[in-house]
Amino acid sequence: MRRIGIDVGGTNTDAVLIDASGVVAAAKTPTTEDVTTGIRNALAAVLARVGGDAGPVDAVMVGTTHFTNAVVQRRDLEPVAAIRIGLPSGRSLPPRVDWPEDLAAEVDGGVFMIRGGHEYDGRELVPFDEAGTREAAQRIRDAGVRSVAVAAVFSPLTPECEQRAADILREVHPDAAVTLSHDLGRIGLLERENAAILNAALAALARRTTSAFAEALEGSGIRAPLYLTQNDGTVMRADYAEAFPVYSFSSGPTNSMRGAAYLSGLSDAMVVDVGGTTTDIGHLKGGFPREANRAVEVGGVRTLFRMPDLLSLGLGGGSIVADEGRTVGPRSVGYRLTQEARVFGGATLTATDVGVAAGLAALGDGTRVADLDAGLLDRGLARMRAVVEEGVDRMKVDAAPLPLLAVGGGAFLVPAQLPGISEVVHVPHADVANAVGAAIAQVSGEVDQVFTGMTRERALTEATDIARARAAAAGADAATVEVVETDDFPLAYLPGDALRVRVRVVGDATAS
Amino acid sequence: MARRPILETELESLATGAWILGAGGGGDPYHALLNLRRLYRVGRSVSLMDPEDLDDDALVAVVSTMGAPLVGEERLTDPEVAALAVRQMEEHLGRRFDAVMSLEIGGSNAFQPLMVAAVTGLPVVDADTMGRAYPEAQHSSFAIGDLRPWPLTLADVRENAVVVARVASWKWMERISRKVCAEVGSIAATCKAPRTGREVKEWGILHTVTQAIGLGRAVLDARARKADPVAAVLEHAGGLLLFRGKVVDVARRATEGFLRGTARVEGLDADRGHAFRLDFQNEFTVGWFDEEARVTVPDIICVMDATTGEAIGTEALRYGQRVRVVALPAPALQQTPKGLEHVGPRAFGHDLDFRSVFDSTGGAER
Repeated sequence: MRRIGIDVGGTNTDAVLIDASGVVAAAKTPTTEDVTTGIRNALAAVLARVGGDAGPVDAVMVGTTHFTNAVVQRRDLEPVAAIRIGLPSGRSLPPRVDWPEDLAAEVDGGVFMIRGGHEYDGRELVPFDEAGTREAAQRIRDAGVRSVAVAAVFSPLTPECEQRAADILREVHPDAAVTLSHDLGRIGLLERENAAILNAALAALARRTTSAFAEALEGSGIRAPLYLTQNDGTVMRADYAEAFPVYSFSSGPTNSMRGAAYLSGLSDAMVVDVGGTTTDIGHLKGGFPREANRAVEVGGVRTLFRMPDLLSLGLGGGSIVADEGRTVGPRSVGYRLTQEARVFGGATLTATDVGVAAGLAALGDGTRVADLDAGLLDRGLARMRAVVEEGVDRMKVDAAPLPLLAVGGGAFLVPAQLPGISEVVHVPHADVANAVGAAIAQVSGEVDQVFTGMTRERALTEATDIARARAAAAGADAATVEVVETDDFPLAYLPGDALRVRVRVVGDATAS
Repeated sequence: MARRPILETELESLATGAWILGAGGGGDPYHALLNLRRLYRVGRSVSLMDPEDLDDDALVAVVSTMGAPLVGEERLTDPEVAALAVRQMEEHLGRRFDAVMSLEIGGSNAFQPLMVAAVTGLPVVDADTMGRAYPEAQHSSFAIGDLRPWPLTLADVRENAVVVARVASWKWMERISRKVCAEVGSIAATCKAPRTGREVKEWGILHTVTQAIGLGRAVLDARARKADPVAAVLEHAGGLLLFRGKVVDVARRATEGFLRGTARVEGLDADRGHAFRLDFQNEFTVGWFDEEARVTVPDIICVMDATTGEAIGTEALRYGQRVRVVALPAPALQQTPKGLEHVGPRAFGHDLDFRSVFDSTGGAER
């Protein structure tokens, strides 16, 4: 196994080369406006460390916040025509009903509500309005809207209406990029439709971005399949990512936690990632982050994506220390740390300065903080300890002691001993844990469906088969695919002992 | 009749409070809340009236959405359909309603009369028939009062409407209407047996809309102040904190259309070393402290997220959640011998006598 992992963050683009023995080379370079140059620079820096030749590389995995940022910052989004198939139901809650107004306006390419959809048991809700769909397709084409999202009632169970709409769109408006909601998964019409619309809004950006990534690779002379990381800690092949950019949302924290697990050799641990402004605390279980329970919002839009359950606290290396050490953060000098912190010649007292003065790290010019009062240091350190301690305790779901992985640029601020923690582990290359997490990622497939009129065993088998097929479509080597999670629960008030089954499988990325 | 407008800002409080009173069931009111917000935005509004102001012979519609919460996630609730069941009933009776009220204040059905009211202009009566959520019609206070269970109208989004003209009992009403509901896709708007103003005043659970709004506001205020929302609930509703812990096991099974099961919570903080088990049938029915029955229906048993104060439904319980188990006092009617026949522990298959957790501690307010 020989892979390159790249993390394109808001500030830095990191790259690592790993093989079976671990991290071979790592590099940190500034992110550039066009992203591609940053990736090329990072790759060049890594290659330089191995004498200019990476050798045969099996795969390149890129993690990027590009698509999340586009939604959050409302830029590079395409207008999307939203086709909802489900009338006469849902009339009062049309597509984008619960979106922030500015984002809804930004992607408004028209709303078309059509008769059709299915029941939970596969019966038609009403006959599908093919003529109405055709007319909508023509109007979308004539308006020059090139991205379309289609969501039909109960499509995760019966995708027929969405597929028929896609056929009509292909025929009438062949240039349109079409997202079908059932490809994005779960039951919950509004959330699934929201995801489909966001996905369609990112279609053009996704095409540009993935081809830019491919070009950067090509320009660096690396011949290997390209993968993008997803929010659940796995990757998808670039062509799949191009069709489903929404799956990359929030993959950064997941990569960081998975990378920390790999670097430490631990798969069950608490992870504390101390950045410049914030500290993210999560829980690794079986090498994957524990997922959040609640509906996850992206740019103010409710979705049903799998996201790691993270607690974000206003404490980081750049946190401003005030009131004689009694307050640390949440105000921070942020990315200006290397100019404004005392040890770097600035005038602002930060958490980093306190750490250096207390001998926890050797950064900048230690003599510039030698004058700090011992009482202030004690109070500052106690304050930081209290914040981390409470956060770790809130995120920990087991009474048994667990190890804690301290990562990120401000990892030295994590106290050496904490209640409920067996040991605090600092790992090498913790500052590029993101890229490492990308490099080690596997490919997943997931299903979340309702099965009726069959035994539980049969339902689980069918669900697992579907998940395996999805993993293969996303680029997994079928021989390595394993089930990592199954969850089934019966549903109230439905006849036929209906069972909702979720199955997730992962496998290694195919080498070619 | 004295009325006051329900303000748009109160809708979110109602959703939060109603979800807590769902006692683990009742369905998430999110879609109903969205509907109401949209209706308010186009100038519709809803007024709330005190049940004491109802004329004895006023005619009151009792409304609910019937069906599986999962179906509601795809077939989104619609105010026009909610109103359709009411109009169908008016047609059947040949008489107009004077007001509308909810079957159950717990969960999404808290909003059903508001949706009807926003469309029809009828006032909403500040009352329901459960004071919380329960699985079936025979758990309503009108069933406890042995009031007439029929007629019932059921409306489907495809303009199918059914009148159940006469039934032998509340249980027969439940059986027949469930069957019809399943046929139209396991979700339908219903208008239950109409009530007179006098019946509502005598047998309704009164002022529960106001209670739910107040409860929700207490939680939202506490969150905004960064105070403990669970403590705010306890204080506002005169509730009791029963247990602090972490969910360590959840087992569910579907039988006869219900979601039945148990959840085990392991103690934290002051409850470390102890265990709490929750039995549920859609809603929480019995809570066991170290295998001893500590709380049973009709006391309202709620499980809340320890940090956010968000109520956690029986469908959303998951390993690892940090929770607070709390009890809120049940309406007096449900604690009478007749009430307990309908909603006591035996009505849910537990061979236990009801003893209110508020009696045994003596300290709680009623």
